[in-house]
Amino acid sequence: MITVKFSASLRDLTGDDHEVLVDAPTVRRLIKVLDERYPGIGERLSEGTSVAINGEILPDALYEDIPDGAEVHFLATLAGG
Amino acid sequence: MTMTEDPTTAPSYKWVGSRSVRPDGLDKVTGKAQFGADLKLPNMLEGAVARSPHAHARIVSIDTSAAEAMAGVHAVITAADLPDLADAGSKTDDIFMSEKILARSKVLWEGHPVAAVAATSREIARAAADAIVVVYEALPHVLTVDEALADGAPVLHDAMITRGVEPAPEAASNAASRVVHERGDLDKGFADADTVLEREYTTKPVHQGYIEPHACVADANQDGRANLFVSSQGHFSLRAMTATTLGWSPSQLNVTPAEIGGGFGGKTTIYLEPLAVRLSAKSGRPVRLVMGRDEVFKATGPTSGSRMKIKMGVTNDGKITAAEVWMAFEAGAFPGSPVGAASMTAIACYDIPNFFVEGFDVVCNKPKVAAYRAPGAPIIAYGVESIVDELALAIDMDPIDLRLKNAAVEGTQASYGPEFPRIGFVETLEAIRDSEHYKSPVPEGYGRGVASGFWFNIGGNSTATVNINEDGNVNVIEGSPDIGGSRASMALFAAEEFGISVDRVSVKIADTQTVGFNDVTGGSRVTLATGKVVIDCCRSIKEDLRRRAAKTWDCEIDDVEWVEGQAQHVSGTETPLSLADLAAKAPRTGGPISVTQSENVRGAGAGFTTQLVDLEIDQETGVCRVARYTTAQDAGKAIHPSYVEGQMQGGVVQGIGWAFNEEYIHRSDGTLDNPSFLDYRIPVASDLPMIETIIVEVPNPNHPYGVRGVGEAGIVPPMAAIGNAIERATQCRLNNLPMSPIALLDAINRRG
Amino acid sequence: MSRTHVNCTINGDETDFLSESGGSLLNALRDDVGLMGVKEGCGTGDCGACSVLMDDRVTCACLIFAPEAEGRTIVTIEGLANADELHPLQQCFLEGAALQCGVCTPGFLMAAKALLDKNPNPTETEVRYALAGNLCRCTGYDKIIRAVLDAAEAMGEQA
Repeated sequence: MITVKFSASLRDLTGDDHEVLVDAPTVRRLIKVLDERYPGIGERLSEGTSVAINGEILPDALYEDIPDGAEVHFLATLAGG
Repeated sequence: MTMTEDPTTAPSYKWVGSRSVRPDGLDKVTGKAQFGADLKLPNMLEGAVARSPHAHARIVSIDTSAAEAMAGVHAVITAADLPDLADAGSKTDDIFMSEKILARSKVLWEGHPVAAVAATSREIARAAADAIVVVYEALPHVLTVDEALADGAPVLHDAMITRGVEPAPEAASNAASRVVHERGDLDKGFADADTVLEREYTTKPVHQGYIEPHACVADANQDGRANLFVSSQGHFSLRAMTATTLGWSPSQLNVTPAEIGGGFGGKTTIYLEPLAVRLSAKSGRPVRLVMGRDEVFKATGPTSGSRMKIKMGVTNDGKITAAEVWMAFEAGAFPGSPVGAASMTAIACYDIPNFFVEGFDVVCNKPKVAAYRAPGAPIIAYGVESIVDELALAIDMDPIDLRLKNAAVEGTQASYGPEFPRIGFVETLEAIRDSEHYKSPVPEGYGRGVASGFWFNIGGNSTATVNINEDGNVNVIEGSPDIGGSRASMALFAAEEFGISVDRVSVKIADTQTVGFNDVTGGSRVTLATGKVVIDCCRSIKEDLRRRAAKTWDCEIDDVEWVEGQAQHVSGTETPLSLADLAAKAPRTGGPISVTQSENVRGAGAGFTTQLVDLEIDQETGVCRVARYTTAQDAGKAIHPSYVEGQMQGGVVQGIGWAFNEEYIHRSDGTLDNPSFLDYRIPVASDLPMIETIIVEVPNPNHPYGVRGVGEAGIVPPMAAIGNAIERATQCRLNNLPMSPIALLDAINRRG
Repeated sequence: MSRTHVNCTINGDETDFLSESGGSLLNALRDDVGLMGVKEGCGTGDCGACSVLMDDRVTCACLIFAPEAEGRTIVTIEGLANADELHPLQQCFLEGAALQCGVCTPGFLMAAKALLDKNPNPTETEVRYALAGNLCRCTGYDKIIRAVLDAAEAMGEQA
């Protein structure tokens, strides 16, 4: 099981849920699972987001494995100057 | 000065950490280095751009006939010469990019390009551009977030419905999007506080201020391909954006990165490149297109102006209990201000249990903003670090102690979500607290201010190749345009890995056909990410060299060690083989010695900085002189200390300019009143003292040498540090940038 | 089109070129003589990137009409080194990491040379004010000032 924490920007889709416990071995599968629970969130999470897994921020993480017990956040992709 | 986490366990290096002469230095001190405008091709034409004189207008008609008829003019283009990406169903961002390059139906800011010309001389090109007749229907304009968000404000984009608002608004507005971060219970947090302060701040647009104007030379061929020589922070990214705008595929363009005369984020986007390529294709000749300084100010960058409202509560013993932040950032003519990043960095330095951070991206009739060194972070830090200082004053607590009490550390859940890994914020606070500067008494009539800052730093995609020459010397081929001295760091990595003198390493930044893909130089990523692939190449080659030595000695690879530039047999019975020896024998041990590595590098470590300024303040004129400045920044590991110091000092001085002088001044008709270095005043040598640097080294566990990016965090604190110094000397709190002498004098007079 | 024939000495060589009417010395040096080391940062004399020496005086080449160079002696960055030997200023800039992007460097070197030729032993303040006409956005000036002071010391020892 992994813990997914939602930022406030997603609250319009996740309602009162600030975090949720789900089963998903990869980011791609996780997005699918979340989209079943919160319809529409899949599209939001697939474009222009980075994923933080246990604190490590990963851009382009769609195929990334998620270790069991991990904490996952979705963030806006960071750019620099 | 460098302060390392634990000197006894820190590895000692021979080359990494030394101050070698940078490989590209000689060409730069002799005038040989080629920047974007320095390439002269046979048969080359000169380009010029015709730009809108209006801040907001509909284009009724464009008549290019006078320009086309002029002797010496070989091509004239308008948006009709670029594919209509809206028609093609392209992504909105690509459509906006294309409209930014050449206006199609509307001009959205003074300086918005409407046409471009290529002619046999600059003078003729300019005259032809001026001879293009554009009929406009002027529209009312908005210049600030206040104007853009006001009821009944003219709307720039008819289809712009604010994203991130529930339920979605029915009518279009100038608010492109909204972003929110929240945690805990704000009301309870403020109720728990003993002191609550509420403040409002404004900032003005400021330009990155690179000394080299945008410049490129395009050479299109009749087979639908083109070469582009351009000063850019990222030639692969530039190639992709230029290709999209032209309706081309990226491989049709070969982009050679020129030396770049400053970028700071402003050269991570495109302005001239599709125009130059299109003009070259249309005329059949190479075209050089260079911006004048006024064009740079009117039509590129800047970073956002803003309005921010911040409320913070603290207990009497220094615990910050709640923070509420509202901010609106100017995006310019198209969406895309750094308000998203600012929302994430706003209170990232601190562990605050209850907060609500809300940010709006707002369009207005100014050039589309471009990235500027830690985009967004310096703006919001001006507000947050000012109010934190006011809280310290309110509860009579030392400002460094207040920050230490609330500092984010390893394991703190960052305000933007994930837990922080090992970070060095506390170490930078302690470095300043323990510095000779901080311990020295504040001179009479001076003010002393402290502020801190944070930037994420990123990793990203890099590719590099390392080759060994027959003489045993090393070539590094990489694809990260060098804006801060990164070639020196790559050379030091290779020297350290092979155990050879850094003089034996050459580093070249190759074009898009010669090296694999590389993300832009920005986000403080190059020493980390390009460094990592260079290091990996060297390590892979060392394995290969051990194998070749084993073959030479007819032994097992486990019997071979690589020590200080040579292969040695563990028994000591064989004469060691140097790089040159092994390179000479390469054909019979497997062929040329060459490795390429590419990776989407992760594991970037966040960078923190704390800074201290002493201002000498003349209360009769409002003039402040920076008397002393010390900055402490966590670099993880300083690969080349001189260039780490250079990044720190450069960021600080940009922040000083941002604090005191720099601003875009618009007339009421929406035109820019100060598009020159005369009236857009950046710091000069006589404004400043030496900038003292303390390099803190809390290694990033995810990099072979512990590197954290350093390029950006340095610009985040200076404005607040200066505002804090002014308050402490004069009891006047300036909440609007720039904090000019006039503004301070006004405040002093009101204070009485 | 009318062009003006200009004869002058550039980096020790007698040189002549044809200048556009109304053209600046900066454009003439870059486009007609081919010396690209002189940079245009602003074209209006505010940034100093085009600094050259004209009859030993540091000047913004963008503010000089090309025909004004008639009969004058011009030194650009390309003429600073002595054949295969760098000028101490160049050497000190390299060793002191006094450049990052390098676009302002030629201008700074010429302005610093003009300073040290007149005032071989300047104070830090004198260096800062002498170089106040040269803008740098990368370095914050710290290492540039140090390099000029180091060069002054090195040149003093050579003398």
